[in-house]
Amino acid sequence: MGGISLNYLLRRLLVFFLTLWVAATLIFIIPRLAPGDPIAAMVARLSYQAGFVENADLIIEGWKERFGLNDPVYVQYLRFMTGLLGGDLGYSMARFPSTVTELVGRALPWTIGLVGVATFIFFIVGNLCGALLAWARTPRLVKVLIPMSMIFTSIPPLLAGLLLSYTFAFLLGWFPQTYSYGFGLTPGLTLEFIASVLHHGILPAMAIVIVTFGYWALGMRGMMVTIEGEDYMILAQAKGLKPFYVLYRYMIRNAILPQMTALAVSIGTLVNGVVLVEVIFNYNGMGTLIVTALREQDFGLIQGTSFILITTSALAVLIIDLSYPLIDPRISLEGR
Amino acid sequence: MAQDTQVQDAPVVAGGTKKAGMLNRFDNPWLNWKFLGGAGILGLLFFIIFLGYQFWDTDLALSARAPLNLPPLGFENWRGQTGIPEHPLGTENSGRDMLALWIVGTPRTVFVGVIAATVGMLAGIVLGFMAGFLGGIFDDVIRLAVDIAITIPSLLVLIVIQAVLGRVDLLTMALLISLFSWATPTRYIRAQVLSMRESGYVQMARLSGVPVRDIMFKEIMPNLLPYLSASYIGNMQGAIISAVGLEVLGFGPQRIPSLGVAIFFSIEAGALFRNMWWWWGIPTVTLSIVFIALLLINLGLDEIANPRLRKAS
Repeated sequence: MGGISLNYLLRRLLVFFLTLWVAATLIFIIPRLAPGDPIAAMVARLSYQAGFVENADLIIEGWKERFGLNDPVYVQYLRFMTGLLGGDLGYSMARFPSTVTELVGRALPWTIGLVGVATFIFFIVGNLCGALLAWARTPRLVKVLIPMSMIFTSIPPLLAGLLLSYTFAFLLGWFPQTYSYGFGLTPGLTLEFIASVLHHGILPAMAIVIVTFGYWALGMRGMMVTIEGEDYMILAQAKGLKPFYVLYRYMIRNAILPQMTALAVSIGTLVNGVVLVEVIFNYNGMGTLIVTALREQDFGLIQGTSFILITTSALAVLIIDLSYPLIDPRISLEGR
Repeated sequence: MAQDTQVQDAPVVAGGTKKAGMLNRFDNPWLNWKFLGGAGILGLLFFIIFLGYQFWDTDLALSARAPLNLPPLGFENWRGQTGIPEHPLGTENSGRDMLALWIVGTPRTVFVGVIAATVGMLAGIVLGFMAGFLGGIFDDVIRLAVDIAITIPSLLVLIVIQAVLGRVDLLTMALLISLFSWATPTRYIRAQVLSMRESGYVQMARLSGVPVRDIMFKEIMPNLLPYLSASYIGNMQGAIISAVGLEVLGFGPQRIPSLGVAIFFSIEAGALFRNMWWWWGIPTVTLSIVFIALLLINLGLDEIANPRLRKAS
């Protein structure tokens, strides 16, 4: 870990924990700032429905106890925070016996998988396209084709998802329209299941990739153009190095570093997009979970899902930030 | 006296740059095809909408004003009905005319973006300049706040807020979104100001004893204009994306829908499975055109601000 200075590490950790604290506090405060008390209203609604809901007394008791509605606010706040620290997100109101942690635990891997695969693809494809756009030796045809493929750049993933779902799932029937694996399959490490997951995942992942990679191509191109003007490029050519070697070692290696920073910054936006893409494809990840929770007015589940997804994003940013100095030995001591 | 000479100096400098621009008037950076193309597309779109307001009955955007589920003119829906001239773009399943909905909904969606982006941008300018130019404790605190705000996916907090508030009107939605649209401009402006701060003319102004506020807003700000406009457009894209996202989740105004709300209704009604492509397709394509136009403007402004990129393209 020679590349990471203590100062940098501490600052990144500080940002990480402050982010979690701010997110938790927001999630705690927001319901209490609203006109009327939604938690009290929710409990009241549940008591009203008590005749129909199984175990309703237990839920109401659990919620009253959890939110300690009669305690002073700071006691409630402390209790909420210690609950989060222990990973206790409470019960789902709409599906009582399940805890929020349980439901989130089932949904989170799908979302992480979807975001991870999509990020891997658009980062590589985008940067490669950007590098080729700026490279002097790229064939003309490629230089024309790449900008044409970037037509969808900047439209929200949600809209791309709608268009893809209609074209490739509804009209052509090449891919399934909903869910993350085939109906009736049991999750497991069978060939059939994995194939089904890939088949279902292609469209949602593509919805993210086709609207995103253009940004990375543009950023990369800008970086490459700057690097082409550097003196060491002239030296590299004068030395008679092979063009591909120059492209990779001198240009891409240098240009990719700011792109890593940009990736850390864009995680939040990316997660926003994925949540909505999941809704379009009814993909059984966090996005769909949060929408189901909204529909069922399951406030505890909404809070829990948001918090866990924010935590996951912050963790991803932290990992990228900490791997950055390992790739770039020149990372400055005082951070960025 | 020192201030007097500064005031005299300023017009000379401004005149100088103007003259340089006059010399090669065909090299005017603002004559950028991406910038003009994007602006042209948006202009055309809004001109058509303006005509729509003049010549089409926008009350048809309310529910139960038209037959249900009619396809656009020249198409047939799954029940075998064909489109009729009274509703050239078809209707949806609560009896709204799609053309009227389009005329009314498009500006409403853009409105949210403009309001949220403007509020966020103003905050970004103030914070970015404070962090970049004043430095010290301001910089530390603002940088930390930006890092935190950028890491949090805004949509999730907005969902929690809206889960409490329920459906809100467009202005409230815009203001809620603006709570999260200050961080990116702040970060961007701070970086630009930091690099400007060390440039010769700012050092000169400092040595001449120009007040900090004047350096910030009279010396640096005009030079940042292309960057600021690019950042503003980017912010607008982000705000519209958030707005459409919230609307598609069902938080938009329901009586007079905007484009995102129309998509929400269509998803709820399973339009994707019923081949009612006009219902979600018209809003989707319109929004896509708006986004592509904004991207073109943004790219154009980037090239205007950065001569190196201009040469490369």
